[in-house]
Amino acid sequence: MATQESIVVSTRAAVRRAEAGRGYWARVRERLFADRITMAVTLLLFLIILSAVAAPLFATHDPLASSVLARLKSPGYKGHWLGTDEVGRDLYSRMLYGGRLSLLCGVAPVAFALLIGGSLGLLAGYSGGFVNSLIVRSMDVLYAFPSILLAIAICGMLGSGLGNTILALTVTFIPPVVRISETVTAQVRSAEFVEAARATGASSSSIIRNHILNNVLGPILVYATSLISIAIILAAGLSFLGLGVSPPDAEWGLMLNNLRQAIWVNPMVAALPGVMIFLTSMCFNLMSDGLRTAMDVRI
Amino acid sequence: MWLFIARRILYAIPILLGVSLVVFVLMKMVPGDAADIMIPPEAPKDVADMIRARFGLDQPLHIQYFRWVTAMASGDLGTSIFTNQPVAGELFSALLNTLKIAIPAAFLGFALGIVLGSLAAFYGGTRLDKLFSGVAIAGVSLPHYWVGMVLVAIFAVSYNVLPGQGMGPEGFPASWEHVKHLILPVVTLSLIPMGVVSRLVRANVLEILSMEFVSAMQAKGLKEPRVLLHIMKNAAPSALALMGLQFGYLLGGSILVETVFNWPGSGSLLNLAIFRRDVPVLSATILVLATIFVVINIVVDVLQALIDPRIRR
Repeated sequence: MATQESIVVSTRAAVRRAEAGRGYWARVRERLFADRITMAVTLLLFLIILSAVAAPLFATHDPLASSVLARLKSPGYKGHWLGTDEVGRDLYSRMLYGGRLSLLCGVAPVAFALLIGGSLGLLAGYSGGFVNSLIVRSMDVLYAFPSILLAIAICGMLGSGLGNTILALTVTFIPPVVRISETVTAQVRSAEFVEAARATGASSSSIIRNHILNNVLGPILVYATSLISIAIILAAGLSFLGLGVSPPDAEWGLMLNNLRQAIWVNPMVAALPGVMIFLTSMCFNLMSDGLRTAMDVRI
Repeated sequence: MWLFIARRILYAIPILLGVSLVVFVLMKMVPGDAADIMIPPEAPKDVADMIRARFGLDQPLHIQYFRWVTAMASGDLGTSIFTNQPVAGELFSALLNTLKIAIPAAFLGFALGIVLGSLAAFYGGTRLDKLFSGVAIAGVSLPHYWVGMVLVAIFAVSYNVLPGQGMGPEGFPASWEHVKHLILPVVTLSLIPMGVVSRLVRANVLEILSMEFVSAMQAKGLKEPRVLLHIMKNAAPSALALMGLQFGYLLGGSILVETVFNWPGSGSLLNLAIFRRDVPVLSATILVLATIFVVINIVVDVLQALIDPRIRR
C-alpha cells in the first residue's frame, strides 16, 4: 500500500519536473496554440501580409492605370471588385499594393526602434550610474512631446517621403522601448541568479546574452507587437496629412487622403482604405494581447 | 508636499531646455532657411545677406539658439513669414479652438473608459467583459481620422443631420447650432482616450479585486459601495496619470481630426504652417504644445501625489 502511494507521488513529481524541464518557450507555444482568437488573428495577418507581398499575383488591374471615364465607381463596376478611386484607378488592386508601403511603414520603424532603443535600454539598465542618467534623461526630453506631435514635427520640418516617415516614427518609438528595456534590465541585474553567475566568474557579455536578454526579450516583443499597430495608424495618418509617402504610390493613408473629397460623391468607396488600416492594426493589437497572456508578462 | 512640487517644477527646466534644443535642431534641418523662402531667387546677393543679417541668420548656431530661446521664454513667439502677423495671437486663438473639442472629448472618453473598464473588470470573464474589452480594443485600433470621415459620410452626407465641416457661425458657445458642430469632432476625438483608459482601468481593477484587502473588507461585512470606493481609490493614481497623458495627446494629436473636420485649431495651424513652410509658426506651435504637455505632466504628478502619499518621496 505504502509503496504504491509513493510511486504515484513520485511519478507526479517526475511529470512536474518533466513539464518544467520542457522550458518556458514550449509552454508559451502551447498556450498560444490553445488561444483561438490569437490563432485566428495570426492567420488573418498572414493573409494580409501575403496579399501585400504577392500583390502582382492577386491584383486584377495595374494599380497606377487611371481612367477618366471610370471615376469613383461603386464596387462591382465593370470588373472593379471594390470600385475605382478619384482618377479611375482600381481600388482593389491599389489596396493590395498599398499594403506593401503601409506594412513597411508599420514594421520598419518598430524594428529600428527595437534595435536602437533596446540596446540603449540594456546599456542604461546594466551600467547604471552616470550612463543610466544620461540615457534616461535624454529620453525624458523626447517623452515631453506627445508622440504624434513629434512625428509630425520631424516630417513637417524635414519634408515628406518614405525615408523621413520611417525616421520620424523610429525616433518617436525609441523612448518607450528604452524605458521598458531599461526597467527590465535593472530588475534582472539585481536578481540572485545574476549575482550567482557573476560570482562564478561569468563575463558581462555572457551574463547579458544568457540571462538578461532572455528576460528582456519577452516584454519587449509583446510591446513591439502593439507598437506596430500604433505605427500603422500613425504612418497612415502622416500620409493622410500629406506628410508621408508621396503620390502616386499606393498607401492606405494616402488613398484615404486622396479620397477625402470623394466622400461627398461616393462615401462608400471613400471609406474603404480605412477598413484595411483598422483590420491590420486590430490584428496586431489582439496578437499583442495574446502574446502577453501566453508569456504572462506585464508592462 | 510643497517640496515635492518644487522639485517637480525644477526638474521640468532641463527637460524644457532639451525640448527647445530638439525643436531648434529640427528647425535648422529644414532644407533652406527662413530667408530663402522670403527672398526671391533673382535677388542680388547683398540684399539676401542684408535680410539674413536682419533675422540674425548670419550668426553662429549657438548664438542663434540663445536668442531664439530667450525670445520664446519671454513670450515673443516670432512673426509669421507668410501673414506677417505675430505668431502668439494666431496660436492663442487656435489653441482655444482646440480646447473647445479637446475638453469635451476628454470628459466623454474618460467617463466612458472608466465605466466600460470597471464594468468589464467586475464582470471579468463573462460575455459583458468580452464585449466591453472588444469595444476598448477597437477604440485603440481604429484610425480616428478615418472614423471622422465615416461619421461625416453618414451624418453629414447621407442623412444631412449634423454639420461635418468647420465650427459654425461666429461667437462660439452660444446656440444649438454650435453644439451641433461640436458633436462629430468630439465623438471622433474621444475614441482613443476611451479605449486606452478603459483597458488600463480594467487591468487595474482586476488586479485590485484579487488583493486580500478586498476579501477582508467583504468578509468584515462592509457595504458594497464602500468596497467600491476603496477599489476606485486604489485604481485612481495610475488611471489619473494616463488621463493626463491622454489629454496632452488630445491637444497635440488633434491635428488629424481637425484636418478631417476643417476645425480651425492648433492642429490646422500646424498643418497650414507645414505646407506654407512657415518655420516660425511651425517651431513656435510645436514648442508651445510640448511645453503644455510638460505642464500637464507636472499637474498630473502633483495630483497623483495628493491621492497617494507613497509617491511623495
